[in-house]
Amino acid sequence: MKKRLLVSALPALALSVALGTAQAGETLDAVKGKGFVQCGVSTGLPGFSVADDKGNWAGLDVDVCRAVAAAIFGDASKVKYSPLNAKERFTALQSSEIDMLSRNTTWTLTRDSNLGLNFAGVNYYDGQGFMVSKNLGVKSALELDGASVCIQAGTTTELNLADYFRANSMKYEPITYDSSDETVKGFEAGRCDVLTSDQSQLYALRIKLSKPGSAIVLPEVISKEPLGPVVRQGDDEWFNIVRWSLFAMINAEELGVSSANVDKMKSSKDPGIRRLLGLEGIKGQGLKLSDDWAYNIVKQVGNYSEAFERNVGQGSRLKISRGLNALWNNGGIQYAPPIR
Amino acid sequence: MSDLPNVSHTPGKPAPWNDPKIRALVFQALLIGVVVTFGLYLINNTLHNMEQRGISTGFGFLDNTAGFGVTQSLIEYDETYTYGRTFFVGLLNTLLVAVLGIISATLLGFVMGVARLSRNWLIARIATVYIEIFRNIPLLLQIFFWYFAVGLNLPRPKQSFALGETIFLNNRGLFIPRPITEDGFGLVIGAFVVAIIAVIVIARWAHRRQDATGQPFHTVWVSLALLVGLPGLAFLAAGAPLTWEMPELRGFNFRGGLSVLPELFSLTLALAVYTGTFIAETVRAGIQSVSHGQTEAARALGLREAPMLQLIIIPQAMRVIIPPLTSQYLNVVKNSSLAAAIGYPDLVAVFAGTTLNQTGPAVEIIAMTMAVYLTFSLSISLLMNWYNAKMMLRER
Repeated sequence: MKKRLLVSALPALALSVALGTAQAGETLDAVKGKGFVQCGVSTGLPGFSVADDKGNWAGLDVDVCRAVAAAIFGDASKVKYSPLNAKERFTALQSSEIDMLSRNTTWTLTRDSNLGLNFAGVNYYDGQGFMVSKNLGVKSALELDGASVCIQAGTTTELNLADYFRANSMKYEPITYDSSDETVKGFEAGRCDVLTSDQSQLYALRIKLSKPGSAIVLPEVISKEPLGPVVRQGDDEWFNIVRWSLFAMINAEELGVSSANVDKMKSSKDPGIRRLLGLEGIKGQGLKLSDDWAYNIVKQVGNYSEAFERNVGQGSRLKISRGLNALWNNGGIQYAPPIR
Repeated sequence: MSDLPNVSHTPGKPAPWNDPKIRALVFQALLIGVVVTFGLYLINNTLHNMEQRGISTGFGFLDNTAGFGVTQSLIEYDETYTYGRTFFVGLLNTLLVAVLGIISATLLGFVMGVARLSRNWLIARIATVYIEIFRNIPLLLQIFFWYFAVGLNLPRPKQSFALGETIFLNNRGLFIPRPITEDGFGLVIGAFVVAIIAVIVIARWAHRRQDATGQPFHTVWVSLALLVGLPGLAFLAAGAPLTWEMPELRGFNFRGGLSVLPELFSLTLALAVYTGTFIAETVRAGIQSVSHGQTEAARALGLREAPMLQLIIIPQAMRVIIPPLTSQYLNVVKNSSLAAAIGYPDLVAVFAGTTLNQTGPAVEIIAMTMAVYLTFSLSISLLMNWYNAKMMLRER
């Protein structure tokens, strides 16, 4: 019956027994050997990683996993998903239960330096915000003095929240739940006045409310939350593959290559596009991948814009605008080093 | 045996490898050696691998500033305290819910256990229904029920149930006035201590007198009068040195006064109701284990129901009840770690949850957390074993 304790203790024990030594190339060999990428995702966050009633996963984070599979196997479907809650996610990665973590995870100094992990890039620039019930009549986060706040455990939001209220000398009562479902239930039942999370998640969680129109997201953004895929430290080869799979999607958008026109683009004369599609230049050899690795990503998963609009943008229920996540030459800060 | 040839067996020492004592020693030493070596290997392997993976180890993180808030703390705590402090905050919250759970489960369990044996048909059936329902539903579901279906469905703060503008109940908790002591309250506490000592002395005297002369004494009533009367007199004499801080609706929530969180309430209730069923069955078994002859003998002596239960049945039943009762208490402590599911800030939620996630040393934090539960459980075991020894049949 001490389930919670067990759940936390098991990974720790597994960690103490199962930690192998991380060597360059080890993960790629293991992945090629078993024939799929084991990817850690959330337990269900609309737009980022969510399973439909048939068990098919979709979302912006899921697309990163699929891109990696497409780059390695030429087949984006060769991914197996491990749904993880916020508390379990790093241990699962450290103990090699999963090959990569793509689960709306904020890149911070502590996580990068203390946990033996590396962040491979940023697939969504987010920031923490507040959602309140409409009938409270609150227009700004600065009116929240004395409020009860629902949070999900094991996230950077707890710290940001404390910092924000302290900086503005306001009091609050934190109610910390284990999973996002319980957080939403607590908010709906009125246990707390405010639900705080990354803004993208607030829009996603709002859909889960029985009356989504009854809540509003306040305009304040109180933190920087760069979300991205994570790998174990020490395996640079695997790190490069994950990082450049994401970069390939961003570069494809920049070059105007999409899943629809990628075959036609093969005859393009633009050297940038030809390098992306593996027709000239370094191709896949540095990453130990086939020459058409990026072609497979774009063909099967799409470019960054397609993934964004399909999962969280105008083609989805979330209708989040590109904002910070627009390309650097389009008013945003999404930027990928060139493929050359 | 007698027809064996009469050979003189000098009981010379057998060869060491045939000596059962030496063999036993060797095997035990070997076993300990293997276990210790394996343990050392695991520790070494973990440290080595974590170092190689760049995972930081050690307890240095305990001195860093925590920077996150906790809803309920029995000691002073805010965001500027350290992670080490969050350990104690969580530990005390766990202890609080465990103690409350154990007390209420014991009360409920004893009442229900006796009720199930009642000759009143209705009472016995009510107890049976209670036991059979709550014993057979997983605890986590019951916690969710008491929290999401009961606790959170209370009215919101602005529509609170109010009792004379002093006590308020809503889905943020139960708010009661907080007593604030002024100068001279020490006198009241002093009077209370004196009363306790007096009660102990009187009880002993009464016991001895009854042993010697057979005359009973109304210890209970005298004790009650002393415990209430003495501090009461002192309170009046010192000029009522007590004021109340009233809870008051300001902004979103009630402020001031004492509050009981719905999380604490639901968790305690769930633990009490769930564990109470097992204690009730234990109590029933204990009472039924006392042979019917004892009851008949008590009746033959002319004892009425109450003294019969109190003097004959219960003391004998306790010997059967205590050992399984101990394991139920241990279960309450361990089950209290389900708190994280409904956001009660216990040790697992605060320390093995948030602190672990902010800092990362999983092995250290889980080890500390396990050590706490182990210590709690062993302490309860020790205490109950002592009580068991005290209640054991004394052979004269």
